This record gives sequence, C-alpha cells and structure tokens, in this order.
Amino acid sequence: MKQFDYVRPGTIAEAVAAAARPGAVYLAAGTNLLDLMKGGVSRPDRLVDVTHLNGLDGIETLADGGLRIGALVNNADLAHNAEFARSYPAVAEALLSGASAQLRNAATVGGNLLQRTRCAYFYDTASRCNKREPGSGCDARDGENRSHAVLGWSESCIATHPSDFCVPLVALDAVVEIEGSNGRREIALDALHRLPGDTPGRESVLEPGDLIVAVRLPPAARGFAAHARYLKVRERTSYAFALVSAAAALRIENGRIAEARLALGGVAAKPWRARAAEDVLGNVAPTPDAFQEAAWRALEGAKPSGDNAFKIELARRIVVRALLLAAAGTPARIPALPASPFASISGAIHA
Amino acid sequence: MNHSISLTVNGARRDFVLDDPRVTLLDLLRERLHLTGTKKGCDRGQCGACTILVDGKRINSCLALAISHDGADILTIEGVARGDQLHPVQAAFIANDGFQCGFCTPGQIMSAIGMMREGQAGNDPERVRECMSGNLCRCGAYAGIVDAVLEAQAGMDETNQRRSA
Amino acid sequence: MPELNLTSAPAHLRHGSNIGQPLTRRDGILKVTGRATYAADNHPPGMLFAVMAVSSIARGRVTSLDVAAAKRHPGVVDVMTPDHKPQLAIDPEIKTNPFVFRMEVLQSNEVRYANQPIAVVIAETLEAATEGVALLAPRYDELPPLVGLDAGETFVPPVVGVGNPSEHHHGDVEAGLAAAEKRIDATYETPPQYHNAMEPHAIVASWDGDRLQIDMPTQGLMLSLARIAELFGIAQDKIHIRSPFLGGGFGSKGLMTGPPTLGIMAAKLVGRPVKLVLRREQMYGPVGHRAPTRQRLRIGADGEGRLTALDHHARTVSSTFDDFYEPAADASHTLYAAAAIRTSHDAVRVNTGTPLFMRAPGEATGSIALESAIDEMAWACGIDPLAFRLKNYAEVEPISGKPFSSKALRACYEQGAARFGWAKRSLQPRQMRDDDGLLVGWGVGTATFPALMFQAEARAAIRRDGSGVMEIGAHDMGQGAWTALAQIAADAVGLDVDRVEFKAGTSDLPDAGIAGGSAHTATAGSAIHSAGAAVIAKLADLATNDERSPLFGAGNAGVIARDGRLIRRDDESRGESYAEILARAGVAEVEARGTGAPNPAAMEEYAMHAHGAVFAEVKVDPELGQVRVTRMVGAFAAGRIVNPRMVQSQLCGGLIWGMSFALHEEAVTDRRSGRIMNANLGEYHIPVNADVPPLDVITVEEHDPHVNALGIKGVGEIGITGSAGAVANAVWHATGVRVRRFPIRIEELLTQR
Repeated sequence: MKQFDYVRPGTIAEAVAAAARPGAVYLAAGTNLLDLMKGGVSRPDRLVDVTHLNGLDGIETLADGGLRIGALVNNADLAHNAEFARSYPAVAEALLSGASAQLRNAATVGGNLLQRTRCAYFYDTASRCNKREPGSGCDARDGENRSHAVLGWSESCIATHPSDFCVPLVALDAVVEIEGSNGRREIALDALHRLPGDTPGRESVLEPGDLIVAVRLPPAARGFAAHARYLKVRERTSYAFALVSAAAALRIENGRIAEARLALGGVAAKPWRARAAEDVLGNVAPTPDAFQEAAWRALEGAKPSGDNAFKIELARRIVVRALLLAAAGTPARIPALPASPFASISGAIHA
Repeated sequence: MNHSISLTVNGARRDFVLDDPRVTLLDLLRERLHLTGTKKGCDRGQCGACTILVDGKRINSCLALAISHDGADILTIEGVARGDQLHPVQAAFIANDGFQCGFCTPGQIMSAIGMMREGQAGNDPERVRECMSGNLCRCGAYAGIVDAVLEAQAGMDETNQRRSA
Repeated sequence: MPELNLTSAPAHLRHGSNIGQPLTRRDGILKVTGRATYAADNHPPGMLFAVMAVSSIARGRVTSLDVAAAKRHPGVVDVMTPDHKPQLAIDPEIKTNPFVFRMEVLQSNEVRYANQPIAVVIAETLEAATEGVALLAPRYDELPPLVGLDAGETFVPPVVGVGNPSEHHHGDVEAGLAAAEKRIDATYETPPQYHNAMEPHAIVASWDGDRLQIDMPTQGLMLSLARIAELFGIAQDKIHIRSPFLGGGFGSKGLMTGPPTLGIMAAKLVGRPVKLVLRREQMYGPVGHRAPTRQRLRIGADGEGRLTALDHHARTVSSTFDDFYEPAADASHTLYAAAAIRTSHDAVRVNTGTPLFMRAPGEATGSIALESAIDEMAWACGIDPLAFRLKNYAEVEPISGKPFSSKALRACYEQGAARFGWAKRSLQPRQMRDDDGLLVGWGVGTATFPALMFQAEARAAIRRDGSGVMEIGAHDMGQGAWTALAQIAADAVGLDVDRVEFKAGTSDLPDAGIAGGSAHTATAGSAIHSAGAAVIAKLADLATNDERSPLFGAGNAGVIARDGRLIRRDDESRGESYAEILARAGVAEVEARGTGAPNPAAMEEYAMHAHGAVFAEVKVDPELGQVRVTRMVGAFAAGRIVNPRMVQSQLCGGLIWGMSFALHEEAVTDRRSGRIMNANLGEYHIPVNADVPPLDVITVEEHDPHVNALGIKGVGEIGITGSAGAVANAVWHATGVRVRRFPIRIEELLTQR
C-alpha cells in the first residue's frame, strides 16, 4: 500500500475541501477501498476519513413520508432496522444478500453505492484496463468474461457494477444527496453511475470532492412494500457476487398491477432500471405471461460481451421469477437465505 | 507522520503512537500488540479469519485501518474466556468438534459471538449457516460449527429464561 | 538402543481403553482461545518482515527491478534479488531424490510461471516491505506462455503420481469393447485447483551462526529438514523446525518449496530473524496445485449390465521444468470388475508452477470422471446406478487379481442406501420435485483410497512416577494427530491418555514420516505402538526377572499392561505398578524405540484399500439453474477407527471437498497471459457454511489384519472420492443434463423449461 496522508476533517465542508485535491479519496469503512489499495488498484496520496463526521449516520422519516438514510449508516444496521425492512423489504433483502455479515457491519450506504467493479482485469494490475488506466485497452473483452456485462457496455469496458443494494434502490427512484465544492445538490441514483462509453474511468457523475451524504427514498417507494422482492443468482449459496440479480416491486390494486418497478443487477456498469418492462406491466393482471413479456422488454438491446450469452437468458428468467415472487407477496420475514432461489418460493416455479 | 490513538483492547485501554497510517487493525493486533490469536487468511475480507468485535460488532479487521478506529472498543479471541473459564461458544466448539486445523477458529468464534449479539439467527440452523457464511473453513468443519453455535445459543436462551423467571 | 519391529500384535498390549474413544481434541483449548501458535504467530526479537515480489508474466525473464526505489521507502532494509542473495550450497535444480521438487529461489531472472517469486523485500514493518515490493515495478521480456491442456506436444510421462507406471493393462480392452452390447465414450474435464489451506504458507527463520531455528507449517518435518540442510550446506542437527500446528495442508505443505527457502535466505542475508508469509494470491503458483485433466472413458457392458471393458485415459499437465503428473486414470484400477481394463496417461507442459499432491491426488480427479461414466453406463443399461455398481462389484482387485486385505464396501452400499432412502429413487432423471417445485436429484458414487504405510520411528519411555512419554515428530494439520496418536500412545504403554506426555511437531523428535497419503495415523501409530510394546517389554523384563516381583517368572509374554500396571495374564490379581517396578529396580526410566513400516509380504499378497459409498441429494432450480446440495450420506469402511469424533470430522470435510469439486472450485487462467484471474478467496469459490447441508457419515465396522498391526486404513482423503461423482450424478438425475466439464456451471443447466 502506497504511503498516504491521513486527514480526519471535523466538518463536511473541511472534508470536501480536503478531498477536492488531486490524489485524495474519501475513506469510510474502507471495505472496498482498502481491498483496492492492497491490490495496488488504487494508490491514493491522501485519505480523507469521513467516519468521524457527525450527522451522517441517521435514518430519518421525512415529513412527506420519504426516508433519508445517512451515508455512514452501515449496511447491517439499515437492513435490520425494523421500520426500514417493513417499508422497503426488497432493499433490506438485497442488503442482506450482499457480502458477509462482517462486511455488512462495516460497509456504509455511501460506500456501497460507490463500490468498484469486480472485473478480474480491473483488479489485475498487469492487465490492460480502461477503467483503471484510461486508454490502455480492455483485456476483459477477449478474456475470461462469462460474468461480464450484457447491457450498456462498450468496446472500452464490459465491467459490471457489483452492488446488490443499488438494484432495488434504483427501482424505487432513490435520490442521492451530494455535498460538493459548490454546495449541496441531489440527483437520481439512476443518474449517479455512468455507462462506460469511451470513458469507463469516469464511473459516476461525481466531481472531485463530492461527498455522498445521504440517500433518500421518495414517499411513493413505500407503496410497494406488500409486493417487493430481490432475487440473486450466484455461484455459491452465500458470500458471492451476483451473476445476475433483479429487484421487482409491484403496486397491486384490485388484482391488477397499478405500478411496477424493475431493476437488474450484475448486467451492466450501473444498476439497470428496466423502464420498458415496467411500462408493459401497467394496469395488467400479474400473470406469468405478462411477466414473460416484461422480461423480454427488460433485456431488449442486450448482447453478449463475451462468453456470457447465457446471462441474457438467465436475466430474463430471473426477471420473471422476481416478478412472480413479488406478486405472491412480500414474506413476513426476510428469508433465511436472503434473495436466494432456495428461499421460500412456493408457487413461483411454473416449469 | 505519527498519530496518537487509543483503543480499548479486551477491556484494557491502550494508548500508542502509530508511525504509519497504513496499519490495519489486524496487523496492529498481530504484529505490534502481539495478539496473534486473530488470524490472517486472505487479508482482503474474503475469508473471515480475522474477525473481531469492534464496538460490539463483528468485522473483518484486515479491512479496517487502525487509525480510523481511534477510540474503538475491541474484543479479540484472547479476551473471550474469563481466566480458565471458556466462553460457552468456545466450549461448544470443542464439544462439537467445530474445527480441525483451528486456523479459522478464532474468527469463527468471534463471528459466532457477534452473530448471537445481532440476534438475527436464533436457533434456526439455516439462518445460522447463512449468518456464519462470512467465515470460510477449508477443513470443512461447518457441521460442527453450526452445532456448536446452536448449542451455545440454546445455553444462552436457557440462561436468559432463568434470569427472567 | 534396542528396537522392536512390530510384526504382529504384541501379547502384552491391550487396545481399547483409549483407542476407539471419541475424545475431544487435546489441543482444543489452545485452538479456541487463540493460544495455538501457528508459524506466523512467532515474533523473535529483532525480527524483520519479508514480502515476496512475484512475476506477473508466465514466461520470459525479468529485465529490471527498481531496487533503489524500494530501498528509498522508509523502513526497507534490503532487497534480495538474483544479483544480491546468499549462495546456496547446491543448485536447487538438482533433484537429489524423488521427493525433491525444483523451486524458484532467485537463481536466475528466468520466469517460468505467473506468481513466481522474483525478489524479496525485507523491512522493519510489514507495511514497508509490502509497499517496497510494489515499488520494484519489474519489467520483463515476455514470451507467449503455454496454457491449457492443448498447449503443445503431448508425451507419455514415464511415471505418474509417485512412481506409478503411466499405463496399465489387464485383459483385452478393444475386444471387450467390441463384444459389448452397450458402449459409452465420454470425455470429462477437471480444472486446476488450489489447496487454499486457510493458513497461508509462512516461515519465521532465525540464524545463530550456523544454527537455524525455523517456525514453519510442514507435513513432512524430516523431509524439510533434509532439504534445508542440503540447500544451506549445514548439518541436520543444526536445524530445528517447529510445526506444532498447521492451519491446513492438504498436500501443499508436504515438501519444501521456494517461499520458505526464500525466508531462510532472507534471514541469512540480513543477519536478523525474518518472517515471510505468502499473500493469498501468491499461493496460486509456487506451492503446488491440482493439475487440470481431460479424461476419456470408453466403457462396454454386456446385455446383463456387466462391464466388458473399461478404458480410462487421462491428459494432464506439468510445469515446463519439473514433473508431477496427476495419476487420474489410476482411479479405475480397483473399483469395478471389468473383464478388461486399460489406464493410460499423457501430458503437455505449460507455464505453471509444478502441480503437486492435493488431497487424493489422482483419486479425486479420476473418481469424478469414473463415477460419472459408470452412472452414464448404468443409465444406458437401464439399471439403477447402485444396482449397477453392485453388479460389477470387484471381489478381487480387478487390475491385479489380488484379494483385498479387507473390503466392506457392500456393507457401505447397504448401510448408506438404507440411511439415505435410496430405494425411493426414480430411475428416470428429472422426475422428482420438492414442494416448492425444485428439481430433486439423487446420485451415488463409490469411494476408494489406498491404505498406505510409510516409515516412522517413535521413542517411548516409562518414568519413575509411573507416567509415560511418547515422542514422535508427527504433524497435526487438523486431522487430530495430537489426540489420535496420543490415544494410540496411551494404549501402547497401558496408561490413561492423561498420564502420557505426548510430544510431536518438532524436528528433534523421531521421524514420523510425511503426513500425507492418508497414512499418518497408520504409520506414526504403528511406530508408537511398536515403541510402546518395546518399552513395556523392557519393563516386563525388569519385573519378571526379579524374584521380589509378583510377576517373577511370568515371562514378558505372560503379562498384560493395563492402567499403569503389569499384571499376569494367567492371574490378573497378581501385578504391580510401573512405578513400583522402576523404584525397586532403581531406574529413573526405561525407554525404547519402535518403528512403523509397510509390510512387503502383505502388500505382495493383498490389495489394500479403504472403501465407501456416498449418496447425495441436490436441488436445482428448474429455470435458474442454481444448484444446492441438500443432503449427503457417506458410509465408509476404513479399518480401525482410532477416534470416531475426529474421523467423522475428516470424512465430513472430504464430502465437502467432493461437493466443492463438483460445483465450485476452479482456477480460471487467462489463456493469453497465463495468469490466474481468480487468485483469491472471493472468486475462487470454496463452499461457505450455507452451501453445506446436513452430512451423515457412517463408519462401517471393518477389521483388517493385514494393513498394519493396528488395522488402520486412514480417512484423510477418501471422503473426496465418490462424493464429487455422487453430486455430479445427482445433478444429472435432477435435470437430465449430463455435464462433463467440472465444476458444473449454471449455464449448462439453463435448459429449455
């Protein structure tokens, strides 16, 4: 690990000023950053430790019915917050399907949003990677890429965003509050992460010094609590990143879908909101046929970036299943195996 | 640049000057405080061997900078038993053969203690398995680990019942 | 020093008061309190930290290292490179015996595989040494690496495994295939796998003049000692190795490799104690692995479902600079009574660290292919796969025609099947579902592993206070040597286990042989048994030749050792305690040595193997393809069970390794660079707790009078055989999809709904 200056700002303003300088990065729990630093993937000159800042670790219900989650709330505390889990069950389920209990106890909300890809060529500093070293090339494109992107990728980069948490959040129209050199602003989570295009090194719209201070769920997000699930297919039962995942949330009125939300994980450089699929689910009955149609819409435009065509079909099936599970109703308690196909699935398999 | 930090480690306050901000909690414990019960299996948060409790919560100490945890209360495997009296989880690991080589064991035990405090798994074996999945065991002692945790949990439930009765 | 070679059970020893008891681990308290000292836990005064720099190319040479930049980093003390290192006494490329493997210890700038050590940075702190490595910024001349099973010209290795001929014939395979009514011809692939013991390889080395103190996990204290003595040109008695606990070995800590050698060199270079611990990613190269295989099985069966021919060919790889060949096809030698059997191997050389023994080398890789193929043939014949295996049950070892020293496999099949409920299995695949609609599949596999014996020696003593001492340089890598061998020792000297001081795990003790081949308990146990017999015989001599003793005249075969007393066989009321015997004789202690060794006559006459039957249930999501093992039952017959609790644990561990082989483990190599792209524990998947279902292990009673005096066959490796095939066969039974490339991946199961 490269030598760095350690800075512990006393206020958000001090933090932003300290982090705006070249070579500076924010340190929260460090569960991703330290891993990257140990691997030589990230070699910052200065760590701006925000963990001691006050006021960023609250979960607060807003007057309008929305919810504001401080950026330093850790993943476990959020998922286990009873009110949160009741109101946004798919988000809680996604959180609990990610990483391990130890990592969830440390990792923060803000850090989760900004975690870096698991692309092996990004991590392997001897490989060419446009994300790590802009302009160097992409060794993943013709490499071991069965887990790579099938949506929104470019010839420059086929990496995926690894977060589970972001998937239901983006489906629920979460908003990110950012403190920057020019004061506070907010953007939709859907607009936070960038698709790679020709500049995969720029993973988000954040500017130097920008600090995520909170994530907000709008009032409407509560409306899906009765029919919301997260489903994640991975290569072991737990403690593995998603091959493909999906968050499905439905508002069902009088036996028909009043509103549907759908997002996919593990398929693109950002959590992938599937609006076209949501559109075909408006005011229809929650039937397998409707969900099949939604799955086709969700993966429109998908194409393999390598040895990963199966992920497109897998994603369609996960979409159908997640929608069926959501339609069946949110379970009273998060399953023992959160987001797993082996959690309770009565009635969801139609083969 | 030197940084003064203080930690409470296994109940004792430790003040020291950290000459290098790169030192993780794991390396601080092992190489500077010579508390080597906590193990380094991967150093990347992928195995759980370095699990300790920080302010009562289990975390991977390999991915935590010591300097950032100034003021924290740390419990390691060395601080779990009371003298010669093993913690119920430790005793249950022996009774249920919850280990073979023993290298992952301190992390497993700290994780189990942390998990029981979290209170999410209770006596459901499937939840225990899921909640203990952050601790790899290459020898494959998982069955004994789950049995040990359930036994310790049952003992704790019983004690709590007696207390509340 | 008098020695007694054990040829049969000595008359005066009784077994059973300790052997066979399910004691908890004697090292348990140390391990649950964090006080068990593994190599990297040592910290002698003045110790420095050494970190290896490893190559990012797989073939070529290092052209530059920025040593100056590394040295400029505060705390860096020195950088060891090919140009700056202590000289070794011999060229490490010279193979002085078959257990010497070539190692990379900075003898040149050539690079032969990715992750090869190319320099060592030594510093006051771990942080400084680690960053010093990054600052070396090596440059290379890179050549295109040789990667994969088709990398180049194939050749037939002279031997596979440890000295096995690479080809075997029994009968006429082509004629058997021609005459067969049903034939299958199937090719299976297994990936490279890495041991990934939880404890990374580590060494703490301190020189004091020409004396060398080492803390290092090793499965072979004496082999390591001999190799270090040879490499550094010092007498073996100048070297002391401590290895009281290994954090897992699985074969990767059996033989001396480059990294610990570099640690010793580094300590010599700087004249201070040095600790060198491998980073997890550095374990994917210089410390061995299981080679990939491609196995073709051609099997014929007659109209009754009896095998007419079994042809098993395995392709594997070795490194470009040394030879180890995974003896995968040899798995077909012993299990099924085919009229004709042929096994053969060929290989290619690739830019990889040399493959090595990894838990059941050959047996594991061969077993998953063989058990899959047998299952395919059973299906082709329309016969239940268990019934098919019974139909082809080998009454004598098929390849040699020798009788088995013992073989309770039929009982394993019966008891395992009964426990599992196998009778309810549908013959057709994709017929069974659970209440949630998940596909359910049941599979079986036969387990087998040879009952091996190596050479070992032990020293036993009885002290004036009546307590015992047993000394043997044995190794506990988790299998439970501290406990099981102490139990054998206690019975060997007729004492309760708590009355015997059992010493093991250091190189100044008698040679226990290597902890490998599932033979450690048998080998070390035999030496202990023999040493105990010898010391008791001496004690008995003292008593029976002394007219003041109530045992006078009984003859040393006329007494029994029990609970710290010698008693007359013909009159158990007459006896006296060890302490009394020694006190009267005025002797502080009596001691004796004993050896354990294979019995060539018995090996000539008998085939010696442990056996087992593994039954697995998997559930597969019919649409998503995700697999979960939900139940496993393994019934094993492995001779005498010394400690049922620990045997159970080892066998469970083996079942998990089998599941992992079938469903999880694979090192993914970039075919262009030769680098392993998942050299970590996040993406090289081994099962986590949630993957592991309830496991049910049955040990079937088996008495074997031929394998060794104790009748022990060993259980360390057999659990991974049979089990991998059982899981693979269960996946087929659940889905109807036969996957022949392991591990089984989701995409193979995303079939039409």
